[in-house]
Amino acid sequence: MQNLFLKNVVELKEAFRQGQAKPEEALTSLAERKEKLDSRFKAYIEFDPKKAVRPAEADASKPLAGIPIALKDNICVKGQEATCASKILKGFVSPYHATVVEKLLDAGAVIAGRTNMDEFAFGSSCETSCYGPTRNPWDPDRVPGGSSGGSAASVAGDLAFAALGSDTGGSIRQPASFCGVVGLKPTYGRVSRYGLIAFASSLDQIGPLTKTVKDSALILQAIAGHDPKDSTSANVPVPDYTAALSKGVKGLRIGLPKEYFQEGLSAEVARSIGEAVKTFKSLGATTEEISLPHTSYAVSVYYIVAPSEASSNLARFDGVRFGFRKAGVKNLLEMYEKTRGEGFGPEAKRRIILGTFSLSSGYYDAYYLKAMKVRTLIKRDFDEAFKKVDVILTPTAPGVAFKLGEKSNPLEMYLSDIFTIPANLAGVPAISVPCGFSSGLPIGLQLLTKPFDEPTLLGAAQAFEQATEHHKRKPD
Amino acid sequence: MKEIDIARVARLARLELSVSEIKLFESQVTNILDFIDQLNKVDVAGVEPTSHPHLLSNVFRQDESRPSLDIEEFLKHSPKARGRFFEVPKIIEDKN
Repeated sequence: MQNLFLKNVVELKEAFRQGQAKPEEALTSLAERKEKLDSRFKAYIEFDPKKAVRPAEADASKPLAGIPIALKDNICVKGQEATCASKILKGFVSPYHATVVEKLLDAGAVIAGRTNMDEFAFGSSCETSCYGPTRNPWDPDRVPGGSSGGSAASVAGDLAFAALGSDTGGSIRQPASFCGVVGLKPTYGRVSRYGLIAFASSLDQIGPLTKTVKDSALILQAIAGHDPKDSTSANVPVPDYTAALSKGVKGLRIGLPKEYFQEGLSAEVARSIGEAVKTFKSLGATTEEISLPHTSYAVSVYYIVAPSEASSNLARFDGVRFGFRKAGVKNLLEMYEKTRGEGFGPEAKRRIILGTFSLSSGYYDAYYLKAMKVRTLIKRDFDEAFKKVDVILTPTAPGVAFKLGEKSNPLEMYLSDIFTIPANLAGVPAISVPCGFSSGLPIGLQLLTKPFDEPTLLGAAQAFEQATEHHKRKPD
Repeated sequence: MKEIDIARVARLARLELSVSEIKLFESQVTNILDFIDQLNKVDVAGVEPTSHPHLLSNVFRQDESRPSLDIEEFLKHSPKARGRFFEVPKIIEDKN
């Protein structure tokens, strides 16, 4: 079958069912596409069909039977390298599967391809990868967003049918917005983090990047659920997400937080979001202005909490157990310092410094403890809002994809995640769906619901997607 | 402007930095902390800290032995291993 790579997951399933294509052809099709285009995009760190991991037994009745899914390079697959796009982990081969890998295989999926990312997921542009940046399929002079930039670009460029990413402060949703695909960050605890190389353990969550909302629901269905290997995974029943897609939005109460529509938002994004609001109203939803009063503090809280947790999580990379070790050292201390000094890139070092400082004696109360208290206030904002509305609607990012090298000041880069960070701090689920274009570059709409209400979230996203055409547009 | 001793923090983090990195981080981290100082405007009197998004108590399981992964698998990809152990440079100095 020609141009199989263009299909989404649901279409590929149908092609298999009708006997128009075989699972092997799907992989071959991606490999050819990758060969042709990926020297330009660099979405993949590695894509080798020979290394694809398949379920022990092929069973065509499984929900994702034969569907190739790419993984961000911070998710462990047994017997394969997982580097977090960092020199310090080069050569590390995982001795076990992440739980999401086990679950995808149980659902019949084929694991193929490691996608590029910001080093240890530290970044919003994919520029901090030790392998070099990924480029946006809509404009190769621009970033794909980050940190799951490789996953987003692979799906947008039809180099993957679907991919998994991880989201700590927007790392699934912001690249989904920049690349014009669907990116879902589930409720904290909805998906097991076992085998996800940790960045910030109280914020990290794995989720799908897909071409459609229905594909997102199918993959969430496969990966959600409690896992005894991750004590923070939630023991909450997993509902039928695909059944929820037909819920519609009639009578749905949508809140528009005024803090997200102030200065800093590009005019084109504001216009697009305004159109989306009209679409939801025409579908029978009601909208009202709400307030999340502590929004403006979210970036500050995040850049204390996330680097603090990261500095602790990254302490394990010391040259003893994984990957890289600096040769020719005199003693143990020197081995630690030189291995880490040479193994980590600039952004990782900056965050280790910031986190170590925030947790250090004499500064802990002023920074880390204070940030945790303001985090409570941010979470309360959401609790209050969801007493009044079912869904919150915002832009995913203040603007469209920026140019490579455009944001050289770290603080400026941090501020590009201003609309996505609050969901991680509060632990609520959020999705980014394509809602328009500005000069040929995609714009994303973000929807949020209360914890574990992914059915309402996906139902609203599906209703919007069905009513619009943005998701059908492809890069040239 | 606040003073932040980057070299001291780097020592705490067991992270070797060059002189130019220390200089760069001094200005960048100070810049970030100055921005973060906006948190001083927030009244947090009586507010409990949130370290985790959902209310979670300790999660326990039965203390039963289960098979663990093969030690060789873990050692195979480490920078240096000998027998059943990771190998590291000498820690205890000779006394003379």
